[in-house]
Amino acid sequence: MKLTLTEEQEMLRKTARDFLTDKCSKKFVKQMEESETGYSGELWQEMAELGWMGLAFPGKYGGGDMSFLDLAILLEEMGRACLPGPFFSAVVLGGLSILDVGNEEQKQEHLPQLIRGKRLFTLALTEPGRHNYDASSVAMEATRDDDSYIINGTKLFVPDAHVADYLLCVARTKPRSGITVFLVDAKSPKMKHTVLKTIAGDKLCEVVFDQLSVAKANILGRLNQGWSPVEKIIQRAAVGKCCEMVGNLQRVLEMTVDYAKERKQFDRPVGSFQIIQHYCADMATDVDSARFSTYQAAWMLSEGLLCAKEVAIAKAWISQASQRVFALAHQIHGAIGVTIEHDLHYYTRRAKAAEVAFGDADFYREVVAREMGL
Amino acid sequence: MDFSFSEEQDRFRQEVRAFLEEEIEKGCWEPTCDAWVQGFDPAFTKRVAQRGWIGLTWPREYGGQGRSHIDRLILTEEMLRYGAPAACHWFGDRQVGGAILSFGSEELKKEFLPRIVKGEAYFGLGMSEPGTGSDLASLQTRAVEDGDYYVINGQKTWTSCASFSEYFDVYVRTDPEAPRHRGISEFIVDAKSPGVSRIPMIDITGTEAWNDVFFDNVRVHKKYLVGEKNRGFYQVLHQLDYERSGMERLMGNYPLFDAIIRFAKENRLSSEPAIRSRLAQLQIEFEVGRLLVYRVALVMEEGRAPNWESAMSKAYSTEFEKRLACVTMEVLGTYGQLKSGSKFVPLRGMALHSYLGSKGYSLQAGTTEILKNILATRRLGLPSS
Repeated sequence: MKLTLTEEQEMLRKTARDFLTDKCSKKFVKQMEESETGYSGELWQEMAELGWMGLAFPGKYGGGDMSFLDLAILLEEMGRACLPGPFFSAVVLGGLSILDVGNEEQKQEHLPQLIRGKRLFTLALTEPGRHNYDASSVAMEATRDDDSYIINGTKLFVPDAHVADYLLCVARTKPRSGITVFLVDAKSPKMKHTVLKTIAGDKLCEVVFDQLSVAKANILGRLNQGWSPVEKIIQRAAVGKCCEMVGNLQRVLEMTVDYAKERKQFDRPVGSFQIIQHYCADMATDVDSARFSTYQAAWMLSEGLLCAKEVAIAKAWISQASQRVFALAHQIHGAIGVTIEHDLHYYTRRAKAAEVAFGDADFYREVVAREMGL
Repeated sequence: MDFSFSEEQDRFRQEVRAFLEEEIEKGCWEPTCDAWVQGFDPAFTKRVAQRGWIGLTWPREYGGQGRSHIDRLILTEEMLRYGAPAACHWFGDRQVGGAILSFGSEELKKEFLPRIVKGEAYFGLGMSEPGTGSDLASLQTRAVEDGDYYVINGQKTWTSCASFSEYFDVYVRTDPEAPRHRGISEFIVDAKSPGVSRIPMIDITGTEAWNDVFFDNVRVHKKYLVGEKNRGFYQVLHQLDYERSGMERLMGNYPLFDAIIRFAKENRLSSEPAIRSRLAQLQIEFEVGRLLVYRVALVMEEGRAPNWESAMSKAYSTEFEKRLACVTMEVLGTYGQLKSGSKFVPLRGMALHSYLGSKGYSLQAGTTEILKNILATRRLGLPSS
């Protein structure tokens, strides 16, 4: 058992932190929130050159041959920096899923492009009124038409669909049991997207398919057997969101403690008052425990171990810990923390978005209950 | 990062489990809450000692096994999981032996460590006094030098395991003129010494949980001074880091946790959404706490004394145990109020015991408030209040 990072991982963390401190100011984050695409193509290319998109992919596709655990560190730093853009959807939802279940031809076709920063992907999974991450929530039908499938219906909360080149679309190919993942050309005229206005200013979309035809060759993985890989995609996405949240919460703890040391009232730093100290101690406990449970799940995923329970524990825990941390962070920051002049709101808004993404505390508590045999 | 145990560690855990299961099967004892501090069973302690499982991390020259802190945590975790009666050796093994190792003279090490390891020396602690709780440096018990001896007068309180302790690790004032943190010393006092007397204190559950321990002109030879004279306050802070470090703060009531989950399954309560959700939440909190405790062992393994790390794990864990008791009582509803021995009592009365007993968990070995002060100042660098 070991809870520390390797030297290489520490270096990766430092490189990422330095780079993002330099490139991803809050002014930049604000610009991206207000922009149409939500990211900067220039920065995207720089990230590709640093090898970030390819970090966790095999060398034969141009990747860095590193592990999901290494990627977890990068995601944590991205969460810390509030980095806007489609990295999560392109790499965690898209690329790693293609690596998991795609055939060799699909991998050769798409992964090098992703890794070079030339192609974007996302996952179209959830649907209107069905916000649970279980198989029964997939209602969208794909019907067979010779060598193709015709997809109709609406997907909701699809991240970055407005800039994606391909969508991994999860659809029902057999009533009740069969679910299949299709790799869909996102530029098709049979697909319309609307960018939603969200708490975090990230770009979640409604995507409407109208008689969209996908060739059989673009099935990702096996026909009708898609749910089990999708479960893995959801697990990885949930842990990825946990990693972003760990970075977010850690930064908020630091900001809050710094503020408590600086801010004076009654002629002394507010951080010298015991009640503020105990709030900060509670925050630190929540952040550390969120970090360990997140990294436990990330490590298990990275090692290829079964970890439904550990993923559920990590996401259920951090989703509630996050609410507690932000309640205290705002209380300690006082009124300045609820203005847009102060940086805290970037973290508050993003944490809520991450909390509800890929399963919230209620959802994962139920997973834990099942794992306990209740 | 690596969240797995080595094959050897897994094997060791299996070995400990097999031993404990056999003990239970033979009817030696039954799993009990708080058994680490209230389960007095010299024969069990002897059997544990025979396996080399006391002083596991200590150097071989003193009878220890020189094994890792993770091994010891595996051992204690399993003891707690099975609610084993380990109180006779717990304090010596957890902290007093370590204090002697860190600060004691060679003579003290040779006198006590091999006997603790053999399960032949039981320890109680003499820290708190009637007027001295969180503010430990205010203690008033005095020791006055008299030739080769010190003469101790005063009163200690909240001493766990005191009625069967053979020795007390006592902190006393040796220099009343010095600033209060710099006038305290640590002694090992034989409980049979003339002038030592004990009065049991009954806790809210009806259990004899502690004793008042009185020292009336108790003569202690100088060789039983642990460490440096007047450095006792710094030594006790060090010892407290270890006192808070373990799994007993999270798993002291594990037999209850285990029992309520089984009870919910057997009585189909687990299909009720509210109960299901609360039990799952407990499981989540438990697993998260376990990681915080393992972090502490890893800190010790690096050769560092765990300070704010054990403050964090202890503060977190005692809150978990209080919630465990509250949730269990709610799940049991009106039956929860039945005491052990009553007709209809569920879970052998463990829920009631734990509900009442857990109120003290966040007070002993450093209140949660003191622990959060440690976290705020030592971990986060906030200014002293």
